[in-house]
Amino acid sequence: MNLTLKIWRQNGSSDKGRMVTYRVEDVSPDMSFLEMLDVLNERLILEGDDPVAFDHDCREGICGMCGMVINGVAHGEQKLTTTCQLHMRHFKDGDVVTIEPWRAAAFPVVKDLVVDRSAFDRIIQAGGFISVPAGSAPEAHSVPVPKAAADAAFDAATCIGCGACVAACPNGSASLFTAAKITHLSLLPQGQPERESRARAMVEQMDAEGFGGCTNTGECTAVCPKGIPLDTIAQMNADYLKAASK
Amino acid sequence: MKFRRRAQQQEEHVSLPGMYRVGEPIRDTKAPEGPIEERWDKRRFSAKLVNPVNKRKLTVIVVGTGLAGGSAAATLGELGYKVKSFCYQDSPRRAHSIAAQGGINAAKNYRGDGDSVYRLFYDTVKGGDYRARESNVYRLAQVSVNIIDQAVAQGVPFAREYGGLLDTRSFGGTQVSRTFYARGQTGQQLLLGAYQALERQVAAGNVEVHTRHEMLELIVSGGRARGVVVRDMVTGEIETHLADAVVLASGGYGNVFYLSTNAKGCNTTAIWRAHKKGAHFGNPCYTQIHPTCIPQSGDHQSKLTLMSESLRNDGRVWVPKRKGDGRAPGDIPEDERDYYLERIYPAFGNLVPRDIASRAAKNVCDEGRGVGPGGLGVYLDFADAIRRMGREAVEKKYGNLFEMYERITGENPYEVPMRIYPAVHYTMGGLWVDYDLQSTIPGLFVVGEANFSDHGANRLGASALMQGLADGYFVLPTTIGDYLAGAGTFGPVEEGDVAEARKAVQDKIDKLLSVNGNRTADSYHRELGRIMWDYCGMERTEESLRKALERIPELREEFWNNVKVPGDPEGLNQALERAGRVADFFELAELMCIDALHRTESCGGHFRAESQDADGEALRDDENFAYVAAWEWTPEGPVLHKEELNYEYVKMTQRSYK
Repeated sequence: MNLTLKIWRQNGSSDKGRMVTYRVEDVSPDMSFLEMLDVLNERLILEGDDPVAFDHDCREGICGMCGMVINGVAHGEQKLTTTCQLHMRHFKDGDVVTIEPWRAAAFPVVKDLVVDRSAFDRIIQAGGFISVPAGSAPEAHSVPVPKAAADAAFDAATCIGCGACVAACPNGSASLFTAAKITHLSLLPQGQPERESRARAMVEQMDAEGFGGCTNTGECTAVCPKGIPLDTIAQMNADYLKAASK
Repeated sequence: MKFRRRAQQQEEHVSLPGMYRVGEPIRDTKAPEGPIEERWDKRRFSAKLVNPVNKRKLTVIVVGTGLAGGSAAATLGELGYKVKSFCYQDSPRRAHSIAAQGGINAAKNYRGDGDSVYRLFYDTVKGGDYRARESNVYRLAQVSVNIIDQAVAQGVPFAREYGGLLDTRSFGGTQVSRTFYARGQTGQQLLLGAYQALERQVAAGNVEVHTRHEMLELIVSGGRARGVVVRDMVTGEIETHLADAVVLASGGYGNVFYLSTNAKGCNTTAIWRAHKKGAHFGNPCYTQIHPTCIPQSGDHQSKLTLMSESLRNDGRVWVPKRKGDGRAPGDIPEDERDYYLERIYPAFGNLVPRDIASRAAKNVCDEGRGVGPGGLGVYLDFADAIRRMGREAVEKKYGNLFEMYERITGENPYEVPMRIYPAVHYTMGGLWVDYDLQSTIPGLFVVGEANFSDHGANRLGASALMQGLADGYFVLPTTIGDYLAGAGTFGPVEEGDVAEARKAVQDKIDKLLSVNGNRTADSYHRELGRIMWDYCGMERTEESLRKALERIPELREEFWNNVKVPGDPEGLNQALERAGRVADFFELAELMCIDALHRTESCGGHFRAESQDADGEALRDDENFAYVAAWEWTPEGPVLHKEELNYEYVKMTQRSYK
């Protein structure tokens, strides 16, 4: 199939940026979306043009490094799918595809489709952990965890930190990301001692990074490639309120 | 016993003319003597301690933030050292450990099914086809139990039973249930545990993480590793970072094959640069080909995706009995199917070790019985499992893997059998290290897949996560202290040594940007990968390896005269990053082929067609090859140092999974 791509090009954070149109031909339906961009980039290099910069690494949907807004939807229209796992069989000959970076105040553009998501690391630094130095852990079976709690914690823990939730949110909020970690740890007995301080510190860091507030629009969970549920945000708010009211 | 090599034939290839020289053997690996179960305790007691006040004055660089590097950096930070951690990704959480699906082994014996530290040790040495060190492997098995405790305490959400206790499963090539797992995302969950521990140390001010920084050179001064030269991938700035010790945790080099299950960015540059500065490279030819990957769909393929081999617990592997049988799998009646693993290996069936399963798949495809595009695939069928356990149970166990398969292939594995084919997955080879995980450059430590230790010639499933975390949480933090206790005598880093390392980096970048030829770095990488896969892949012969050794230098020469790298040294330039990595893969590829050529035996993942028994199984040659091949780099060509392997506890037998 042949496609027309409209790609956001921006040479560094101070550049204004613009959409540039490219044609790609003979795209195989078995290609991944990123492989289609690889083919374009190989051509651009040989033509002496600057290839399109984009982040990617594992290309199997788990590292969270890739991410672009495709036809207005973070990671494209396929549900529960990262950009690297989106395949060209979902497009058809003649399609015009717009490709843009995550757009959010807290994610400045580095170049083209590459953005700076280091704010997420700083939210984790604020409290997204259980304090346990190596070698000091008790025997693993000394703390049984009810299966239901373990499973729910796992569901929240599958967040890959890609940032699609922020890109999709009209407020540029990082609530789903932050709530996923808070929920993962607060559902487990091991996470209880630091539960309130964690919620408070992570929420405060999220605000300090310039992410917007949550107004329950649910766009975040709709685009989340791991299907992190919206009710994690309720869990976060509950933990935060409890901590803040003390 | 046909093709068996004799001692005098060994002498012939020692003089493979001009290819390499034989140097002094390695006599001391620093492993303590005495009963094997006491050696690690002994080492922990004999290791010198660093005074807590002094730790704050000592800087350790850790390159890579996967399970080994992330856990090492976090633990060294907890201990009070000043740690500088580097990764090429935009966050430490992205490292490729994250993609490990199946699980992590530990000798907890929670099932009471006869497991023990000794059994895990024994299985690992045997699985590695008797090419790993006993002392190291025993320590790995001992420490495995602590890893689970550590991970659970961090909140890693392992699968649990209804009673709230941890669930385990049996995994690739073992008959006990010792593999802990978190659905199909065990690597992700363990890595996030290490990442969170690391970020906690960042918040505490003990660790600085430099993301989007790539190590391009090692600084050696006064005979010791004292720092690294890195490129800030966003600004293009070349930076110098000095330290009292350097830890490389930069992962494996499977991407030398271009197509592998590694992440696109995985590369050999950090360890290759260290190798050229004096770190011996151990067993570079030992690569693992994973039997259960999604087959290639076309020339555009940029990487291969692994399907966890836990699928082999319930899936049955088969091909049609008849060559070129073009019928849909559902139309092939039961008696016209060949469940070849169950047929050839009745005791282990679909659970034979990876190397055996991979080669068996290649054999049936070579016979013309492969399925899917190009006949390069075999079926992994869950129809029986669905009948036996019900679709819901299968979904619970493997749901996310099935989804992943369907997303990539567009086929529904609940209805049509999966198609799988082997792909390069892991490299057992890596920088040579002693018992303390120290390389032949004092002060350069190597952990995780980047080192060569523990897995011998073949790694068992669910053992990579175990080794990475054992090295990072428990082994390195102890042994590096012994080295750092002497830091007072290290002296200052010579300016000339720093300048030389920086110049090497700058020269290479300038050269890559100045060639301005007609082919992209990726197209060279693809071609190099094809050479390696065809001639130094699942099956190697003297002829194929010699062909590779002719072709690689020619292609490398062409690369340096005809590669086209666009853009500037400043700013984000992903094409430049890739070209630099490809340049190093070219050099490594040659050493891999020399190593594979010199080792005329078959062992584990290294299968030399000339060395097989009457049944076509890998035939080891213990008389001549029971050693680690540690290669030294010299401008005149590689020098081989042999570290003899002695087995006091494990009885060396020809592996048999029949």
